[in-house]
Parts: sequence; structure tokens; C-alpha cells
Amino acid sequence: MVFHRVVQVGRVVFISEGKDEGKLATIVNVIDGNRVLIDGPTSGVVRGVRNLKELQLTKFTAAVEEAKVDEQFKKSAWAKKIQQKALKSRMTDFDRYKLMRAKQMRNRIIRVELAKLKKAQK
Amino acid sequence: MVGKTKPTIGRNFDLSPGVLRFSTARLRLKRGQKTPLKTVTKQTEKPLALQRTGQKFKLGHSQKHSTKKAIAPGTVLIILAGRHKGKRVVFLKNLPSGLLLVTGPHKLNGCPLRRIAPAFVIKTSLKIDVAGVKVPDHINDDYFKRKSLIEYKVTEERKKDTKSIDTSILASIKKNKDHKLLMGYLATLFSLGKNQYPHNLIF
Repeated sequence: MVFHRVVQVGRVVFISEGKDEGKLATIVNVIDGNRVLIDGPTSGVVRGVRNLKELQLTKFTAAVEEAKVDEQFKKSAWAKKIQQKALKSRMTDFDRYKLMRAKQMRNRIIRVELAKLKKAQK
Repeated sequence: MVGKTKPTIGRNFDLSPGVLRFSTARLRLKRGQKTPLKTVTKQTEKPLALQRTGQKFKLGHSQKHSTKKAIAPGTVLIILAGRHKGKRVVFLKNLPSGLLLVTGPHKLNGCPLRRIAPAFVIKTSLKIDVAGVKVPDHINDDYFKRKSLIEYKVTEERKKDTKSIDTSILASIKKNKDHKLLMGYLATLFSLGKNQYPHNLIF
């Protein structure tokens, strides 16, 4: 198995827990197997030592400019998932019902179309 | 004859393997081999500074209760207990007994005009316009009280009252833009899915 994301100076990380949760920062120095020095001037993360358990490696390295990384990260599936999770947690009971009905409608359309295709193939 | 003596049945029994219901000391006490220590309480003449005197509680229920959370009329509630549990119902009025007056509407989910304790409902953020709905004065706590011990049967009066209130509620739901969804919502039962925890949900 080949790792594509490694802990290295310049690796952009996503802070998954603790202070500055949900922000992006860059690894400035690797202290040991567990801890790294990170800094995120554009995202408002103060330079400091963090445990790698609190960080998740992104596919970006600081070769791309910091501001662009932020934009690119927002486009990624990962960021979209975070957004959707936040949206879902804010849903009220009626919203959940509406979502359920919308899903039912969508699945019905898919089912009908699939049946048509199957019939055409026979 | 040897077999004539009565077999003694031990008081002690296993709660679970290896764990007995009564301790040895307790059994000795029961057998009368040991007398419990008698604690002698000193009789003080004056009550202590923080000692309560007189009746602790007033006997009987107080007639008026205030509801903790103010619920606005028209709010949709989820019933958690009783025969209508899981149903989403419309709240109409606070009653002096502290109970909530709710209705299904009966046509949508089978819940008639009835009372429910506020502890048994979840308040949702959804509100239905009930400005035009008038709850007649004769619908109060006495109205719902059981009149006799004979098994209750729905009276014509209640059917009529439920119907008259429900028709005006249904009319106001109809005015809503997405009334079809609203009706479907009230008609379906609430349930928790996988990985859904009520304390994490917003209602």
C-alpha cells in the first residue's frame, strides 16, 4: 500500500477536534511521531504544537498558495460532506419529513425509469 | 418415623449465581439469633434551627398548575406516551389542571380532542395557524373527567365537538401553501431511525 498523504513540512491539515476545530492549517515543523508544529495565518490558527490525533491530512501541500488551498478545499467532496452534515443537524422534524418525501419521490422516478429501460432491453 | 418432620424451606435464594438475596447477618436477624441494635434518640425540647415543624406538605393536589414551557396554540406536538404515542398533534390550549388540550385532527391521524400531560410531549418548531379556531367554553377539565366507573364509550357529544374543532383546523391547514405535505406530516407517526438520538435532534 502506498501512502499519498504523508506528514511533511508544508502539508495542509484539517483540524478535526479541540481548539480551531474545522479550520485548515499547515505543518511548519515535525516534532516527533505524534506532534507537529502548525500555523494557519489565513485561517486564523495560531502557530502552535498539536497532536497528530487531532489533525487530518488533506491532499494539499503548501506548494499551492494558502488562499487557494482554502478555495480548493471548499470544492472537495470532503468539505461538501461537512457542510451537508451541518445542514442535516439543523433540520427540524418537519424538514426531516419533507426530506423523506422528496427521497421517496426521487426513488419512485428512478424505479420507473429503470423498469422502462429493462423492458426496452427485452 | 423419620420422614414426618416438615422440610424447612430456606429463606435465602440466589439472585444470580453466587449472589444471595440475604446476607448471613440478615438471616441471623431473621432467625431471631440476633437482636437489632436499638438506636436511642434524644428528645429535644426545642426544635433545632433548621428542623421543620408542622406539616411538610399540604394534603391534596393544588388546583392550579403552571406549565413550565409556554407552548403557543397551534404548535405541533409529538405524543410520547399512551395509546396515541408517536402521533403528531395540534396543540390548542392550556387547561387549568396543567394538561394540554390537543387534537389530531382526528381525520388525519385518529387522535381525537383530548388532554395530555406536558411531560409526555415533544414540542416541535412547526406551528399551524389556529387564529380562527374557537375552543368552546364547555370544553374544560370537567368535560374530560370520567363520569362513571362503567367502561368509557365515546359519546356523541365528544364526536361532535372533535369534528367541529377539527373542521376549522383542517380549513386553516388547507390555506397553507404546502398543505399536502403538512397533512401528510400530521398523518405519519414519528419514529427514530438508525443513529438518530433524540437528544441530538432539533424538533
